[in-house]
Amino acid sequence: MTNKISPIIGLEVHVELTTKSKMFCGCPADHFGKDPNTQTCPVCLGLPGALPVPNQKAIEDTIKIGLALNCQVNEQSHFDRKNYFYPDLSKGYQISQYTEPFCHDGFLLLDSGKKIRIERVHLEEDTGKLQHTTLNDERVSLIDFNRSGVPLVEIVSQPDIASSEEAKEYLKKIHAIVKEIGVTTADLEKGQMRLEPTVNLNIDGHFTPLVELKNINSFNFAALAIDYEISRQTAAFEKDGLEKSKSNKQTRGYDSVKKITFLQRQKEEANDYRYFPEPDIPPFRISPSVVEKLRGQLPQLPDAIITDLVSLGIEQRFAKLVYNKPKIMNILNVIARRNDVAIQDTKIDINKLVSLIVNKKIDISSDISSQYKKLTTVGETNAGKLTVLVDEILTQNPKVVEEYKKGKTAVLAFLVGAVMKLSQGQADAQTVSGLLLEKLK
Amino acid sequence: MNKQIHELSVIELLRGLEDKHFSVVDIVSHYLDRLNRFNPILNVYLSTNENALAQAKQADEEIKKNGFIKPLIGIPIAVKDNFLTCGLPTTASSLVLEEYYPQYESTVTRRLLDAGAIILGKTNMDAWAHGSSTESSQYGPTLNPWDIGRLPGGSSGGSAAAIAARLAPVAIGSETSGSIRQPAAWCGVTGFKPSYGRVSRYGVIAMASSTDSPGPIARTVEDAALITSVIAGIDKYDATTSPREVEPYHQLLKRKDLKGIKIALVKDYLLPSMRTEVKTLIQNAAKHLESLGAKIEEISLLDPKYSIGVYTVIQRSEVSSNLARYDGIRFGHGRESFGDEAKRRIMLGTYTLSTGYYDAYYKKAVAVRSKIIEEFENTFKQFDAYIGAVSPGPAQKLGATQNESMFGEMADVLVNPSSIAGLTSAGVPCGFVDGLPIGLQITGNQFEEAKILDIANLYQQTTDFVKFPKYD
Amino acid sequence: MAKITITIDDVAKIGVLANLPVSESEKKLFAGQFSKTIDVIGEFNEIDTSGITPTSQVNHLENVTRPDEIDPDRVLTQAEALSGAKNVHQGFFVVKQILEKDSE
Repeated sequence: MTNKISPIIGLEVHVELTTKSKMFCGCPADHFGKDPNTQTCPVCLGLPGALPVPNQKAIEDTIKIGLALNCQVNEQSHFDRKNYFYPDLSKGYQISQYTEPFCHDGFLLLDSGKKIRIERVHLEEDTGKLQHTTLNDERVSLIDFNRSGVPLVEIVSQPDIASSEEAKEYLKKIHAIVKEIGVTTADLEKGQMRLEPTVNLNIDGHFTPLVELKNINSFNFAALAIDYEISRQTAAFEKDGLEKSKSNKQTRGYDSVKKITFLQRQKEEANDYRYFPEPDIPPFRISPSVVEKLRGQLPQLPDAIITDLVSLGIEQRFAKLVYNKPKIMNILNVIARRNDVAIQDTKIDINKLVSLIVNKKIDISSDISSQYKKLTTVGETNAGKLTVLVDEILTQNPKVVEEYKKGKTAVLAFLVGAVMKLSQGQADAQTVSGLLLEKLK
Repeated sequence: MNKQIHELSVIELLRGLEDKHFSVVDIVSHYLDRLNRFNPILNVYLSTNENALAQAKQADEEIKKNGFIKPLIGIPIAVKDNFLTCGLPTTASSLVLEEYYPQYESTVTRRLLDAGAIILGKTNMDAWAHGSSTESSQYGPTLNPWDIGRLPGGSSGGSAAAIAARLAPVAIGSETSGSIRQPAAWCGVTGFKPSYGRVSRYGVIAMASSTDSPGPIARTVEDAALITSVIAGIDKYDATTSPREVEPYHQLLKRKDLKGIKIALVKDYLLPSMRTEVKTLIQNAAKHLESLGAKIEEISLLDPKYSIGVYTVIQRSEVSSNLARYDGIRFGHGRESFGDEAKRRIMLGTYTLSTGYYDAYYKKAVAVRSKIIEEFENTFKQFDAYIGAVSPGPAQKLGATQNESMFGEMADVLVNPSSIAGLTSAGVPCGFVDGLPIGLQITGNQFEEAKILDIANLYQQTTDFVKFPKYD
Repeated sequence: MAKITITIDDVAKIGVLANLPVSESEKKLFAGQFSKTIDVIGEFNEIDTSGITPTSQVNHLENVTRPDEIDPDRVLTQAEALSGAKNVHQGFFVVKQILEKDSE
């Protein structure tokens, strides 16, 4: 009996915005590598009486991300308080968005044309950082609030993703887009983009329990974790037939060394965050004209740029590698006469050029045209003409010929070089090589 | 000058300084002396400013050098202990914040200090402002200077008692629902509640974020107006403050009569449970305002009992969230130090926000609030103000709040509606019942501070209810 | 109108959510008090609010933001930030280790 197993994967991505200041106060947002608790103020430290005032740019950045993901922008929006207790959450609540996020109902297209729907793009603040250690024989946590209050954009997909490959592609595209818009450096190692897949399976109409995967900081690990989960859940279902319910959602971490996922926590019931509208921050009314202004500020997005390059004749796999490299794009724009600068040599095959650049055969800081010519000019291939030269060289170098016949095959290069010199560079090296090999047999 | 220093209002003190009848050092040492004598009995102040005298000397020098540029130069002020003040502990009368020395200054006290005022000390209050009696203070209640067997009201009980016993010429309090006006009424002094968003809440320990309004408690409306003009105005650190211009309220108290003013007397605020003597005093006040030229009309508004539910839910919900930061990690003591009243309010608020109950309570409360706001907006299209009692009766005895789990919200029934609608209101003495003071509220639309202060000032100038118990 | 009773169990659960220690006697006391409070509150259900657009901002402000700038005036030094805490270590706040949190 074959089971029809369909993975159901959703992705939640947190993006740390690269703003100058934090989300609700004027502390510096750049917290990486700073001494602990040196970038805090009454607001982000959660001192009595402190109040939040939202960062205008962070809101605009969030809307831009939403627009780039084809979302609707809510004309009315506000912040909500998400209430829970944890030492790294200085106020005992996180200011986030629940009922009226800035953006909702967008989508991202995979290369296959499949649409992954995006449920929401909203804005919230980051927590402080916890470090576990032992002090005076006691297990303690050390807390640093430098990161507390840094703006985070949360991008939540619908569970439309069906495989780890699709997940990886989705994540890479999100990464490319947020970087291209310029709102974040999205450095995964610095935690500027955090990935949380949620995975379960549809096995012949039965749904396995939901699993949230946490602490994954690379696209590869995300894919590996998802694949592991798919097989683990399949085996688990075969064994116990346990189906998804409100109370059996799991949180699992990924161990990249053992290459497995492990249980972190079984939720008995969903956490009650007691969301309510943030009374310290008046609501937002975002007019269509503001939305259009922000849309106008969006640069051309990666997929659009890549599509453009493909239409010029460049293979997609090359286009993906060069679309975000300004120096190379400049060159291509010139070649494609985008800059209206007429070029000397119109016989450049743009795809071949890109392939040579990508394979590092061409140094883009020096004259491209001549390098290209050199690498692509097919020399004289006429066997008849070349045989004359080959014969001459063989006659002139009897000792070398003997060495070759004795087994020193490396000297072929010398002979090829000699013919090339004799031909004043006009011969096609491959043909020469072929002819020599035949004659030396 | 035949008046003693502690018998002078702020305006009179400033004039006295200008006329060189006394110095700032004279004023401050006079008050410190009274503090030393009477505070042990009344428990008005939780902490005193050790540098007050030194600051007084500096103020005298500044007056010599620069004259009277600063509007409150040399004026001592009592500050409710929920305002963060650098150099002085800020406890909100709770053991959780015992010995907490703030790392920053509240906007209100910053503005007062910049205006030249000298903080005498921090006054007692209901712990976390949860109450209308000051009996829930974890440092002992403040006693009502009119009768030390009675409560001063709350939550700004210490500040109101400070004015009544003349332990400061003026004080700062805060009102979430009645916490300025009610203790002012029970102590026979003037309390002014500015509109929500008129005065910055930055640096005020939060109670209910959507109604908290800092404001003055003073001897006279004129003093209250002066303080308000100093502390009011937009604050970039508080996103709920209004960008509207602040007027010099104390210079706009110009009315000589109330011709053209329409005042509503709200029938529903003359509660069946209210003492007849109190009703009489309110009706007298109405008649007096009429004699000044105002048109008085009886109207009916939504029964104030509904606002109890609205206020209780919204306030306790916001409280439960606002007090979540007190976990003893970054400052203060742990949550086991919370008193009963605080625990009750946090837990009720947690309940009303929790899944399954949010719609029935919080969401419903916000909807009813919008209806109340709408009703007021319509009322103020026809009327300049409405009047009523601040409290159904005079100051209650010590112990009155024991085992009363909703004492505060019930006692504030007459001021709940105006607080949740963010209105502005002046509470002024309007007579006595059983020898205890009764307060009248004159309430106006949002941002009508100038008009309300003007009406209240005229009422006060043409009546003789500003009295003080003897503390010599 | 149905009377809502809050049980001792309810109070215990609320105590956990609110991160407050509640003794057995307090649970009993609060259960009774909360039930009474809920009754009083419930009176507002008599008000018809259909068609009302609720607002959580009573003075009609909207779109209040600040520019993306660093405000050096408010940034605390490490010493100031730590000054209120009982337990600090090499610039960090210290707390006894607890279980992993339930959410990010």
